[in-house]
Amino acid sequence: METVTITMKNQPKLYLEADNVSPDKFAGKKASEIAALHAYEGREQTTLGKYFEIAGEGGATAADTRIIVKGDVSRVKYIGMKMSAGEVLVEQSPDMYTGAWMQGGKLVVKGNVDSFAGIGMKGGEFLIDGNAGDYLGAAYRGDWRGMQGGLIRVKGSAGSDIGYFMNGGTIIVHGNTDVHVGTHMEGGRIVIKGNAPSKVGGQMVGGEIFVYGTIDVMMPGFKYVQDEEVEVDGERSKFALYYGDTGERHPKRKGQIVYGKLYLKI
Amino acid sequence: MSKSVTDVICPFCGTLCDDLEVIVSDDGKKIEDIYNACAIGAEKFMHAQAPDRIKRPRMQQPDGSYKEVSYDEAVEYTARMLYNAKKPLMYGWSSTSCEAQSVGHEIAEKVGAIVDNTATVCHGTTLIAVQDVGIPSCTLGEIKNRADRIIFWGCNPCHAHPRHQSRYSVFPRGFFTNKGHMNRKVIVVDPRVTDTAKLADYHYQIEQGRDFELLSAFRVALRNEPLPETVAGIPREKIIEGAEVMKSGRFGIIFFGMGVTQSLSKNHNIDNAIMLTKDLNEFTKFSIMAMRGHYNVTGSGQVLGWQFGYPFSVDLSRGFARYNPGETSSNDLLRRGEVDAVFVLGSDPGAHFPISSVRKIAQLPSVCVDPHITPTSEISKLHVPVAFVGVEVGGNCYRMDNVPIEARKVVDPPEGVLTDVEFLTRVNARLDQLMGGK
Repeated sequence: METVTITMKNQPKLYLEADNVSPDKFAGKKASEIAALHAYEGREQTTLGKYFEIAGEGGATAADTRIIVKGDVSRVKYIGMKMSAGEVLVEQSPDMYTGAWMQGGKLVVKGNVDSFAGIGMKGGEFLIDGNAGDYLGAAYRGDWRGMQGGLIRVKGSAGSDIGYFMNGGTIIVHGNTDVHVGTHMEGGRIVIKGNAPSKVGGQMVGGEIFVYGTIDVMMPGFKYVQDEEVEVDGERSKFALYYGDTGERHPKRKGQIVYGKLYLKI
Repeated sequence: MSKSVTDVICPFCGTLCDDLEVIVSDDGKKIEDIYNACAIGAEKFMHAQAPDRIKRPRMQQPDGSYKEVSYDEAVEYTARMLYNAKKPLMYGWSSTSCEAQSVGHEIAEKVGAIVDNTATVCHGTTLIAVQDVGIPSCTLGEIKNRADRIIFWGCNPCHAHPRHQSRYSVFPRGFFTNKGHMNRKVIVVDPRVTDTAKLADYHYQIEQGRDFELLSAFRVALRNEPLPETVAGIPREKIIEGAEVMKSGRFGIIFFGMGVTQSLSKNHNIDNAIMLTKDLNEFTKFSIMAMRGHYNVTGSGQVLGWQFGYPFSVDLSRGFARYNPGETSSNDLLRRGEVDAVFVLGSDPGAHFPISSVRKIAQLPSVCVDPHITPTSEISKLHVPVAFVGVEVGGNCYRMDNVPIEARKVVDPPEGVLTDVEFLTRVNARLDQLMGGK
């Protein structure tokens, strides 16, 4: 696997839209060619080379390409957007849309990510060592297809609206979240190892939410069913299972109504 | 002798009353009296007559004082500012005509600006929800003639839309509502005992920030599913009773305002309220409508919608329209430092934005186009006074129910004062010259 290291040298005055920082775009390119890839600062089309020092070259394919992003990238958006294979390691905290519409490969962020990380994600592995912002693994505005596959793991806490319109895949948050978890969720799994304040599973149609900590205010449309032992993230635990949101439409499968499942750790 | 101008449109709130009568002096220069308008609307007309009105553009000096400049200099400064900026913000648009908005959007497309209107701190969340789940709505005329279940959720029309209740929602006698308010049941959901709540048949004094839960609870009640003992501080029996009242009507309407759009849950509140409306249509006819604030904020959404596909927070910086409130919305842009120039027309962010955003406007090159002296004009580098739309110049406006109404000119603007359209057209022409070499 070939490694490309890009290091921030000139901070953008505004914000940099760097949707070309992805193994798919870097594959088969030399450092000079990567430096010539375009980026946007406001309406101005510039090049990655203006902002980043680029060392190494891309592998033959995206799967053979590893990108290391060094330096302060707090004003850089869209890192790893639509990546389908390979690896990206971000050493500090990038701005919005990190790993947006990601399809495969591995994206690791050592710092925090801002809002809209992993929106519309279809596959791959997205690991965040710090905290995540709002709309993690959610749908883009107006889209009814949120996260559809893959895994997002946040070691810290996450903001509000995580898993909005989620259809598949897994989001694991080791810390706490803000309000609105899995709103309009139709499938997939959200695991919160900390607490969630309120509006958990509102308008939920299907899918699973696990909360290890507490929920301050439960949504009115969740009814207790039974206690169940389930394996989550490699360990078996006992949960109280609730069906919901009973205020929302629910499809039938094999004559049975399909509900969203909310598991609260006992 | 004075003359009377009838059927004047009131350019204040989204109710866009169209029955005002304005008494004008014989020379057509002075407004003497206004009939039928509410206190706020009347003040808007009278303010155009204020003796201390600014009639020429003013440029802020380094010591904070203002120096009068010509319109030519103002056009030059504005065009150069937009031309030099990498990502200018063009905010406002809600208190002007659709014609002016259209010219503004042409400029925005040229300079790669972000066009945002006051919905961003108002009913923008409604527009997000509408995009997510659609909206079953109607016109105010239908409500006047048919509605017998009126729900005001998080809004206070007694003060914000003073003539709304008498013209459309509570008191008027309509075709199928010939007993006026006797035909109607009014439900108000508000944490405070507002003047609107005082005239309600049912007041749900909800816990603050729990609208999403209560809306969900109504939907649960409609499906006959079990409810907890209390939701949002409202006992279960009251919720079931409320659901029955809504179901039993012939035509119901939910009006909602800032109380739900800008409190906790924001767009999700509206999303759930729209879904409640949809659920209620299983039982009877139900509609939902946003209580839009500025008289032409709806028009701004309409014009942006048909020109770029999105109703607010439209980012044109890369030559095509992008939209993601949270990123391309004014406050996020300002607070995060994503824009390098600010152009404000027909709005007052200085009074309504958080101080962190207002500080940024003060630091950046900024132009404020507004007939009044406002907090925004006081922090902007350039203040351009213009004629009042709906008083001194006509133009198209959209009422809160998306009905277009042509505003009328009542008096002439002070001599030499440009209209929004004239000023923007001159900026646009100057930009063409500047960009000619590109």
